[in-house]
Amino acid sequence: MSGAGAPPRAEGATPKIRLRGLAKSFGPKLVLDGVDLDIRAGHSMVILGGSGSGKSVTIKCILGLITPDAGTIEIDGRDLSKLTRREREAVNDRIGMLFQNGALFDSLPVWENVCFKLLAQNRITRRAARDKAAEVLAQVGLAASVGDLYPSELSGGMQKRVGLARAIAAEPDIIFFDEPTTGLDPIMGAVIDGLIVDCVKRLGATAVSITHDMASARRIGDDAAMIHRGRIVWTGAAATLGETGNAMVDQFARGEREGPIQMELRK
Amino acid sequence: MDRALDLTAALGRAAIATLRGTGAIALFAVEAISHLFRPPFYGRLFLRAFIEIAWFSLPVVALTAVFTGMVLALQSYTGFARFNAEGAVANVVVLSITRELGPVLAGLMVAGRIGAAFAAEIGTMRVTDQIDALNTLSTNPMKYLVAPRLLAGTIAMPLLVVIADILGVMGGWLIGTQQLGFASGAYLKATFDFLQAWDVISGLIKAAVFGFVVTLMGCWCGYTSGGGAQGVGRATTSAVVSSSILILALDYVLTAMMFTR
Repeated sequence: MSGAGAPPRAEGATPKIRLRGLAKSFGPKLVLDGVDLDIRAGHSMVILGGSGSGKSVTIKCILGLITPDAGTIEIDGRDLSKLTRREREAVNDRIGMLFQNGALFDSLPVWENVCFKLLAQNRITRRAARDKAAEVLAQVGLAASVGDLYPSELSGGMQKRVGLARAIAAEPDIIFFDEPTTGLDPIMGAVIDGLIVDCVKRLGATAVSITHDMASARRIGDDAAMIHRGRIVWTGAAATLGETGNAMVDQFARGEREGPIQMELRK
Repeated sequence: MDRALDLTAALGRAAIATLRGTGAIALFAVEAISHLFRPPFYGRLFLRAFIEIAWFSLPVVALTAVFTGMVLALQSYTGFARFNAEGAVANVVVLSITRELGPVLAGLMVAGRIGAAFAAEIGTMRVTDQIDALNTLSTNPMKYLVAPRLLAGTIAMPLLVVIADILGVMGGWLIGTQQLGFASGAYLKATFDFLQAWDVISGLIKAAVFGFVVTLMGCWCGYTSGGGAQGVGRATTSAVVSSSILILALDYVLTAMMFTR
């Protein structure tokens, strides 16, 4: 286990994702203040942190949705900032993402949402996409008939499962999960976590999840990292959350009001 | 003195913001146009946007054109009667409709319908992370969302205006023959005798420009919206207001370019 501030060691091999000194500000607000993190290939990393701590901005930087002000992002040892647009697109082709609210395309039926990437890249015909969607929907526990519905006709849990199906349909190497259980009841949360673990294992993918749900973090994570005020303050095994010996992580994991993390409340 | 400086600073800030905004919209347009020439092409999305603009805007544009032609015939008749020039009603109706009112009124109607719809749809996609999702699914949002709509708007508007021209002239003919006492054949002869191809073509060029502007502003306002439901509402209003003003301003510029010797 690594200590405060130090990135986890990648046990010899090059980490799948390596962040060094990642910094990002929005106007005067410093959101990322030098994030250092290694994510091991084939492992599931959970990034914990409170609201506004910089979790989402970190993964948006990795995905290329936000350009960092400073620092490097490496995937398989390649610095993303030095890639050409085409090389960057090739890297993105190997990435899947489950958004917090699903971010399903309202104007498309579920089957087209699930196979969107395959259709966009002409890797599959529309006829074959329907069969492929049914196959992937089955992997997340949904009937093939769901494929003909539109996202607005689905419950929150079903939308998450369709989002998961869309994330895994193109069989990516790396999958990001943004708050996968937020807004779900505990049982549905556990179901989604189980599906995430199964899908990631089946694909042999590297998973990066951001969450503030401790139960979910323990279920889906091999490794965990805590981000606070734009810096990684702890990394270690997800199984030890709550008993890490790090006051910040333990306070966060137990949901305690008193401790080193003070909420900025206006009096 | 301080007040004068404050006022100057405020004017300067507004001028810089306007220039920055204009530059950003121009770059947005250039990027969208460049995607029209680079594969992959989304023909299905173009077709969907084309049907939305051309077919579903047809009723409102048609009604506007018919009533405008009718009013124009009535007004010009009563006005021209003061100096015994009632015979010019057919010419005034056809020239006004083809050169000005057809493209401008169709443009304003489409700005209200399509500009608002595009801004709301793309704005909602922005605030619900659907545009980010497109990026993660190896799809360029400009190519997928903006380029097909711009092309569809630029092609569909002239077609709508051809129909608006025909219906506007028909509206004038209806009032001319049924209420003002013109003979049908004489009215139509007067209409076509003085009509030149350039009168129609200039209107269609204007229509293409207005179609481009309406779809561009709808896409731009939606694409750059933020701040949840309120942000989407603001984007929708901005799309309609900005494209309407641009239509009127560009109408003057285009008229000056095409008809001033």
